[in-house]
Amino acid sequence: MSQTTTYRTCPRSGLQFEANAEKLMTANAVTAVVFLLLGGILAIGVVLTRWPAVHWLEAGRFYQVLTAHGLDMLIFWVIFFEIAVLYFCSSTLLRCRLATPKIAWLAFALMLIGAVTNNVAVYQGGSSVMMTSYVPMMAAPSFYLGLILFAVGALIACFVFFGTLVVAKRDQTYQGSVPLVTFGAITACIIAVFTIASGAIILIPTYLLSLGVIDRVDPLVYRTIWWAFGHSSQQINVAAHISIWYAVAAITFGAKPMSERVSRGAFLLYILFLQLASAHHLLSDPGMSTEWKIVNTSYFMYFAVLASMIHGLTVPGAIEVAQRAKGYNKGLFEWLRKAPWGNPTFSGVFISIIGFGFLGGISGVMMGTEQLNMLIHNTVYVPGHFHATVVIGTTLSFMALTYFLIPVLFKREMINPGLAKWQPYLFGLSMYFFCLVMMGAGTLGVPRRHWDLSFSGVAMAYEWPGAAYLMMGLVGIAGVAAIIGGAIYIYITVGSLLWGKRLDQGERSPAPTPIPLTAPTAAVQTYGSTGFAAPGTFVLALVFLVSFVLYYFINWKYLSTLWGLS
Amino acid sequence: MSAILPPAERLWWKHPLDRVEGTWIAIAFVWCLVMFFMMIYWHAYGQQNLSTETYKTTPELFAKKAQAVIDKYTIRTETDGHIPVVAVPPGGDVYLIARLWNFSPILEFEKGQTYRLHMTSMDYNHGFSLQPANINIQIVPGYEHVVTITPNQSGTFSVVCNEYCGIGHHTMVGRIYVK
Ligand code: HEM
Ligand SMILES: [Cu+2]
Ligand SMILES: [Cu+2]
Repeated sequence: MSQTTTYRTCPRSGLQFEANAEKLMTANAVTAVVFLLLGGILAIGVVLTRWPAVHWLEAGRFYQVLTAHGLDMLIFWVIFFEIAVLYFCSSTLLRCRLATPKIAWLAFALMLIGAVTNNVAVYQGGSSVMMTSYVPMMAAPSFYLGLILFAVGALIACFVFFGTLVVAKRDQTYQGSVPLVTFGAITACIIAVFTIASGAIILIPTYLLSLGVIDRVDPLVYRTIWWAFGHSSQQINVAAHISIWYAVAAITFGAKPMSERVSRGAFLLYILFLQLASAHHLLSDPGMSTEWKIVNTSYFMYFAVLASMIHGLTVPGAIEVAQRAKGYNKGLFEWLRKAPWGNPTFSGVFISIIGFGFLGGISGVMMGTEQLNMLIHNTVYVPGHFHATVVIGTTLSFMALTYFLIPVLFKREMINPGLAKWQPYLFGLSMYFFCLVMMGAGTLGVPRRHWDLSFSGVAMAYEWPGAAYLMMGLVGIAGVAAIIGGAIYIYITVGSLLWGKRLDQGERSPAPTPIPLTAPTAAVQTYGSTGFAAPGTFVLALVFLVSFVLYYFINWKYLSTLWGLS
Repeated sequence: MSAILPPAERLWWKHPLDRVEGTWIAIAFVWCLVMFFMMIYWHAYGQQNLSTETYKTTPELFAKKAQAVIDKYTIRTETDGHIPVVAVPPGGDVYLIARLWNFSPILEFEKGQTYRLHMTSMDYNHGFSLQPANINIQIVPGYEHVVTITPNQSGTFSVVCNEYCGIGHHTMVGRIYVK
């Protein structure tokens, strides 16, 4: 382990970057953006084919492009970026060196090789199995091998993160507990280890099956374990993007968590309960008992829902408290009106919070209800839901964080800040609409992953109602708008890296400067027991609750009109 | 003093909560319990609960049972492919085979009567999406799922496959009549 490293203190943010960590963060983040670009190009093909009036690609190409879109976005873009976030939350926030940088590069290399191998397998054809790759439908062996290599790399990166926490503790670069944001990252990382283990348990046998070494993997067992991986990995994303919400609240407002105990407790609930929720992908499957379904999808999951509802309150709550402390005290919402809406780091996160809660959260709980699942299982409602979580929630938060990182980590002046100001609105709001109309079409029964609504040439074709065509047309329009929003993000990010004005790097020193102790402030001691510190946020939370309750029971009402089933 | 710094108070877990937080946690928790018990309530009082009756099966075994019912209860055939239309008496067992890329046979039910619908797939995963009634059930190969159904509307219904099952996925549609 070489100790010859340097630490740079960023003159714009005061954050301290260790040289190795900085290079690794850059490499992971830039690679992530490349995969976002790739996934975005593929999204053009997907969306223009599902738009009935356009119906662009032919069937085989569509299924191939959809497979690649899912993988490049959900796995490669998101996880490469998350690794950069993990290094940031450990090495940068704790001001210590990154543990074992060589091994971190190995992790990066494995992930990259895996991602490329998997992509090549899909483009070669014969592996259009969708990212879920349910057996007994088989892809080429290199499809699974790529995923396995990628997962091993990500697992190694998780251990580099844990190692870095140990380094910080040992070198005493901070005192007391780790920051809340780091705590959130630890949550994400613990869930990641569990998740990747599940992935290995199911992908390795499937790889052997594709090689002909073994001759059977049970389809239902596959679905169960695959979702222990596929669903839990979404909890990594949630923990990661909520950490980013807290970080951005701290960076743009100097906000401190309303109470450390509540926020950390909520993260802890994720670790305890979220992993069990793979059940809600199997609610309409044969084989599982009702008790198993209810306990797994709900009881435990509702503790996780509880945790998300808590974060959804405490992040804006922290912002409100900070804003009120600055004197924006008039009425319920002056703090919000006077927020920096022109700063894409803030607006991105705020649009992300609202969209994640109202669209992703409410629809997710509806879908995850045992009986209600039958209304939307495998319809386009499902991608409608998860574009609200993983695009509006995760991707938009990552975009918002990038705007902060361009001057701080990449040391470049952002090109075209005027455009950047608008990007979160274009991308976020068109995604809101995209998700809504997808859910609308799904409620009418339109299937997901389906090339031809018109069933042309099929003997017993089903004729969808006109509303379904209308909704899918709106999906097309909203999707194209979102893709333009995504393209602007890539243009600004890549453009700033390539030709943005270089900024002052700041002082370099051979040793880390430990985080100075912050004296407990008066504010910290007063709000707590007494106050009702964030009334505006509370009102917003009640609006959320009312929407949630109404939507939930509307769906029960709808369910009650269906054929009897028992 | 912020979320990206270590907590200023060493003993942060001893700090009291703000009332906004405390109240919200209480409300949210109650709501979570309501949602939990709602599912159980529906099992007791609701009419739409997915059966969990499942047996392991093989394509040969299932095809044999399905054929026996087809032989006995076919009332006519439809389309150029002469797909049998099967009408079993109310309360009876009826079999639906999903395979690349069709559903067979065509089923005929009477409104308000109850049937035991057995489903499996001969090959990949498929989806049973009854339209426009909008009931969606997964079909997994190797597992025979027995769903008890009671149609409450008459008309012509389609069974659309909504689990991706390869290049012909979007051509996979079956039919159910309710008289
Ligand atoms: C930029 C705008 C985007 C558009 C317009 C878009 C559009 C779509 C559409 C239309 C589908 C297909 C629905 C279907 O036929 O089943 C889809 C699937 C999917 N998208 Fe996106 N998407 C976008 C961005 C993203 C991002 C950023 C992510 C992840 C972070 C993502 C993850 C996925 C996944 C996982 C699927 C499912 C693939 C499958 O069914 O296997 N998308 N997307
Ligand atoms: Cu099918
Ligand atoms: Cu299909």
